[in-house]
Amino acid sequence: MTPAIQIQQVHKRYGAVQALGGVDLEVAQGEFFGLLGPNGAGKTTLINILAGLARADRGSVRVLGHDVVTEYRKSRRALGVVPQELVFDPFFSVRETLRLQSGYFGLKRNDAWIDEVMHHLDLTGKADANMRSLSGGMKRRVLVAQALVHKPPVIVLDEPTAGVDVELRQGLWEFVRGLNADGHTIVLTTHYLEEAEALCARIAMLKLGRIVALDTTRNLMNRRDSLYLKLRLSGAGLPAALASQVRDSRDGVHTLRVPNYAEVEGLLAQVREAGAQIEELELLQPDLEDVFVQIMKDAKA
Amino acid sequence: MSGFSTLLYKEMLRFWKVAFQTVAAPVLTTLLYLLIFSHVMQGRAPVYGEVAYAAFLVPGLVMMAVLQNSFANSSSSLIQSKVTGNVIFMLLPPLSYWDFFAAYVLASVVRGVAVGAGVLLVSLGFVSLSFAHPLWILAFALVGSAILGALGLIAGIWADKFDQVAAFQSFFIMPLTFLSGVFYSIHSLPAFWQELSRFNPFFYMIDGFRYGFFGVSDINPAMSLAVALLNLLVFTAVALALLKRGYKLRH
Repeated sequence: MTPAIQIQQVHKRYGAVQALGGVDLEVAQGEFFGLLGPNGAGKTTLINILAGLARADRGSVRVLGHDVVTEYRKSRRALGVVPQELVFDPFFSVRETLRLQSGYFGLKRNDAWIDEVMHHLDLTGKADANMRSLSGGMKRRVLVAQALVHKPPVIVLDEPTAGVDVELRQGLWEFVRGLNADGHTIVLTTHYLEEAEALCARIAMLKLGRIVALDTTRNLMNRRDSLYLKLRLSGAGLPAALASQVRDSRDGVHTLRVPNYAEVEGLLAQVREAGAQIEELELLQPDLEDVFVQIMKDAKA
Repeated sequence: MSGFSTLLYKEMLRFWKVAFQTVAAPVLTTLLYLLIFSHVMQGRAPVYGEVAYAAFLVPGLVMMAVLQNSFANSSSSLIQSKVTGNVIFMLLPPLSYWDFFAAYVLASVVRGVAVGAGVLLVSLGFVSLSFAHPLWILAFALVGSAILGALGLIAGIWADKFDQVAAFQSFFIMPLTFLSGVFYSIHSLPAFWQELSRFNPFFYMIDGFRYGFFGVSDINPAMSLAVALLNLLVFTAVALALLKRGYKLRH
């Protein structure tokens, strides 16, 4: 099957800054894909090249097999982009904005779909309100709606939840998950790693314009092979044999590194045999944030 | 609707929503010129023998309004979209650079001609005019506003800030329109300035436009139209080349 997105050896330089230094990436149709990286890693540059807002110095980018430069009409029709910046045209109402956007894609009589998108994004009540009068969260929803007016099979969301309240964030993810379930390919960039962890099946991490990790979310999480066990003990206290595994001890709570789940039972047995009672126990699984920090650190070397 | 017709519609809706500022205000300003200049200059500058100064002035002012407003429309629309960032709404869809060019320029033509028609209509209440060759009037209005629409598009593409567009307008468009024979026939000028005026493309647009009213002009109108069309060709080519490259739009 044609990949939803195919990026080959893309280089991009802005003056002295190397924004992208040879990026290769393929996203299959129907994937929920995460693009992570610190500020300045090149995520937005990559998205801009994908969307035709910027041009690569070298390399090729295809959306559903259509080159974004030579077949830009087809590639742009296949792509919906929710930009990072909260932009709007103050001359128009929400409905006018969506009708115009739909018209730019050459779509006639698209009102039924526009109404449906507005309904899903809870914009119906604001349909005739001027864009200027909307709150930041509402403007963000309009941007999402604008990206969807032409029913694009591939949807890119560039930090859509930056500065957005919890309710909208959850509503938005529910909506995007639904789109993904309907077969849309989703590419997401975000700084909220728990979001990426919860939503994305596969993740690429960018640093200084290069991909430093590309794997399924599960494999990435497994890279951190250790778990952490948080214990509050009474009685004899922590047996000395476990001292080497202690990451920190504070207020009587010990955090211990455990290589894997199989070791948990043995460790607890050691504690019991030493005559300590467990008052509280918490098993901490590695989260994407740990993995992210580790990968970014390693990439520095 | 095609992408092009939507963009054209959006560009027209944009100025129409603020028509008080984009149409009514320039009509009023131009009429003030007419009232003041025709009062001050009455009986002083005989033009083309029998044409009254106020009558001579009206086509010049109409064309000046057409030109300035066509320029203002495309340049201010594009710079606003660039500065606020909403230009991406037009860059993300599959619009070609031709679509982009044609929509911006045509909307500028509509705005320029609308303001010009407004000025002309109200002027008729004060001044009696003849319409010797209406087709020449129309031809120069359309070509002139298209030239300035294209020029405004170029300025909007090139500029990064509002004040750069304002500077383009104040230091380039305004002097060229004011010194193009709006207020006088170049035959009343000393020889040096008369010759210099011939290098001002706006002079041909205004002179040809005026020919449409009186059947008299400083230059053969066919020649003026040829010069205007050449200008249109050059500015169209420049604007299209910039748009095709994505200059300052697609980075």
